[in-house]
Amino acid sequence: MSKFKKKSGGGTPGISTASLPDIVFMLLFFFMVTTVMREVELLVDNTKPLATEIKKLERKSLVSYIYVGKPKDKYIPTVGSEPRIQLNDAFARVKDIQQYVIAEKEAINEAERPLMTVSIKADEDVKMGLITDIKQELRKAEALKINYSTRKGEVFGD
Amino acid sequence: MAKNKRGIPEINAGSMADIAFLLLIFFLVTTTMDVDSGINRKLPPWNPEQLDNPPPIKKKNIFTVLVNSNDQLLVEDEYMDLRDLRSAAVRFLDNNGDGSCNYCEGLRSPNSSDNPGKAIVSLQNDRGTSYKMYISVQNELAAAYNELRDREAQQMFGADYEELDETQKKEITDMYPQKISEAEPVNLGG
Repeated sequence: MSKFKKKSGGGTPGISTASLPDIVFMLLFFFMVTTVMREVELLVDNTKPLATEIKKLERKSLVSYIYVGKPKDKYIPTVGSEPRIQLNDAFARVKDIQQYVIAEKEAINEAERPLMTVSIKADEDVKMGLITDIKQELRKAEALKINYSTRKGEVFGD
Repeated sequence: MAKNKRGIPEINAGSMADIAFLLLIFFLVTTTMDVDSGINRKLPPWNPEQLDNPPPIKKKNIFTVLVNSNDQLLVEDEYMDLRDLRSAAVRFLDNNGDGSCNYCEGLRSPNSSDNPGKAIVSLQNDRGTSYKMYISVQNELAAAYNELRDREAQQMFGADYEELDETQKKEITDMYPQKISEAEPVNLGG
């Protein structure tokens, strides 16, 4: 029994915290690698529709985003409640899209320009009229690879 | 195990953890884990002149899907529920009317598509159609293609389409090429 006798004296033995930084650094590196800084502040409501047949968007540097949706409540007094387009950090009109896409294209190096993708992040309540106008502008700007951004989920679910 | 001798001087690494935690919390807060995903599509080039003489396509090789402003579907001139769209599209694509497709399992109806290479899905929506409905329709059509591709991939390689390598994928996509054509939207009001 003496083997299991509680040691007495010498105070409580301190747990070595020397490996704690290692653990924390490991987590830190994980988050540093996976992190993506939020590029823009959303000015519009953005509940993306559900879909199941989705593909992941790779090469974030080649992707440009177009947000479409009803302006958030605090912007309604200034821009109204009709669905609007957001490019970067500002509301935009349909005719601004061509210029935006061209500017985005310029920023990509020449060899990779054909791979540029435009991701349309539209709210599910937006009407197709506006989306169609956007698509026509993208065609004019020769940005033909597009991606309808969706959430993963069953279409018929509740 | 060697016994730890009391009295070995230890470097105080306690503050290192604090620094690392600080950075960790910063990255935890700024990180967004969700990967962007969605349905990839390719737009046709902007070329107004080409619209005047479209290549002749037999009517039976076109699977027309119309969506009106009330989000109702009209498929091949018949009202259809969204739930039935996938199976209807599969039936059309897999029909094999002229018998040239030796891997198809369709009904070989003379009124439906000749073979998957000629079959075209034509999608037209109204300006008042909701984006949600449009994505649902696109999703169901893509699902129909994926269903057929998965079937062939299983038969030929014993794996789902997504798990194949590039050359195998190419082989399958040549068997069931995805041809979804979007007509210019109409404004039917409503």
